[in-house]
Amino acid sequence: MQIPTIVGAGLIVIGAGLGIGRIGGSAMDAIARQPEASGKIQTAMLIAAALIEGIGFAALFAS
Amino acid sequence: MVISKKPLHFIIASLVAILPLFSNANPLNDSLVESAEVIKAEQPLHVEGESDVKSEIKAFIKHHLLDSYDFHLFSWKDDSQVEHHVGFPLPIILIDNGLHVFSSSKFHHGESVAESNGNFYKLYHSKIYKTDADGVINYDAEQHATNVKPFDFSITKSVFMMLVVGFLMLWLFSSLGKSYAKNGGIAKGVGRFFEPIILYIRDDIAIPNIGKNYKKYMSYLLTIFFFVWFLNMFGLTPLGVNVTGNIAITAGLAMITYLITTFTANKNYWGHIFWMPGVPTPMKIILAPIELLGTIIKPFSLMIRLYANIVAGHVVLMSIIGLMFIFKNWLGSSLSFFLAFALAMLEILVAALQAYIFTMLSALYFGAGNEEHNHDEAHH
Repeated sequence: MQIPTIVGAGLIVIGAGLGIGRIGGSAMDAIARQPEASGKIQTAMLIAAALIEGIGFAALFAS
Repeated sequence: MVISKKPLHFIIASLVAILPLFSNANPLNDSLVESAEVIKAEQPLHVEGESDVKSEIKAFIKHHLLDSYDFHLFSWKDDSQVEHHVGFPLPIILIDNGLHVFSSSKFHHGESVAESNGNFYKLYHSKIYKTDADGVINYDAEQHATNVKPFDFSITKSVFMMLVVGFLMLWLFSSLGKSYAKNGGIAKGVGRFFEPIILYIRDDIAIPNIGKNYKKYMSYLLTIFFFVWFLNMFGLTPLGVNVTGNIAITAGLAMITYLITTFTANKNYWGHIFWMPGVPTPMKIILAPIELLGTIIKPFSLMIRLYANIVAGHVVLMSIIGLMFIFKNWLGSSLSFFLAFALAMLEILVAALQAYIFTMLSALYFGAGNEEHNHDEAHH
């Protein structure tokens, strides 16, 4: 396994982690502001996280 | 039962019925499995002398990810080093100037040449090649076999599991449906567990995304949700089946979503792709090919998302279980065991989540195809 492949995989994980982390953070802020909307916020958070994970995995397999 | 008055139902039902034909036994390319090992857990650095355990684990994982022609449950070596295989063979169906049907036990796990109606076939690297009576395989410069491969419609392990899940779903949901009539409007039996899930798919996935003609898509959305969920869950059992981790199968599912989106879309869908409202004309010409490409990329991402999640989950889980065999002491193996347990719990969540995401995104694409013409202000 060459070094550039490993570095690329690490960058992909950083990118996906940052993206999903930001979504999780804003989801938590939103739930803290309005606890009764937590169902909808959770749903939207999971959808956005799955989309980001999708491109993350696609890139990981292409590397 | 499936030939209803509405042609759409018939199209969807026939597409799902021929879905098993989309999945031939296709071994992954070596490069795909190599990059899957990037996601694997890190091997500990102090194992110099135990490289055969590591390579055995790698070979085991690779074999798990591939499809196979017989259902091999496990094998064990008795005291005289004789290996016993526990499992059952599956039928092999080939079309090669005539129909050849025989059991995969004729291959004896890849050792012997199978003969059927005068043609000889040999299993090499999980693919069936046509050979002569001695089982000669001709190689080209890169060690690839150049024999002819017959058309392969075999019932492989994945096809068998898809049929099992299909019959399971048929029995489960038809008995759930019949129990309403017998019990005055309330479900009775094991299927009661699925009623809130079905209502959730209707109320929170179909109606918000599709709108008022959600009913014609409900059968597909329900089928795809439970199909993907049950197959993901079967992949986590010790049976060692890996159906949704096979890119041919996820490609088939994504292709059905794409066909339904394309053929049940109304005029607004194509209008919005090629001539989107509210955008200045030079931009429209630039955006039209991108939007057209987007119609293909969206189902493509459905395929990749499901495939990559399931394969990555299996590879990581089996690597951590393999760590138990590399650490041969109390502390390392028990820590690996608990980590594998926690990861298996996460994989159960991922199984349901990926089914939900697939269904939700399919509903989103169907809804995009059925948009009403209600933004006249932005039009020219």
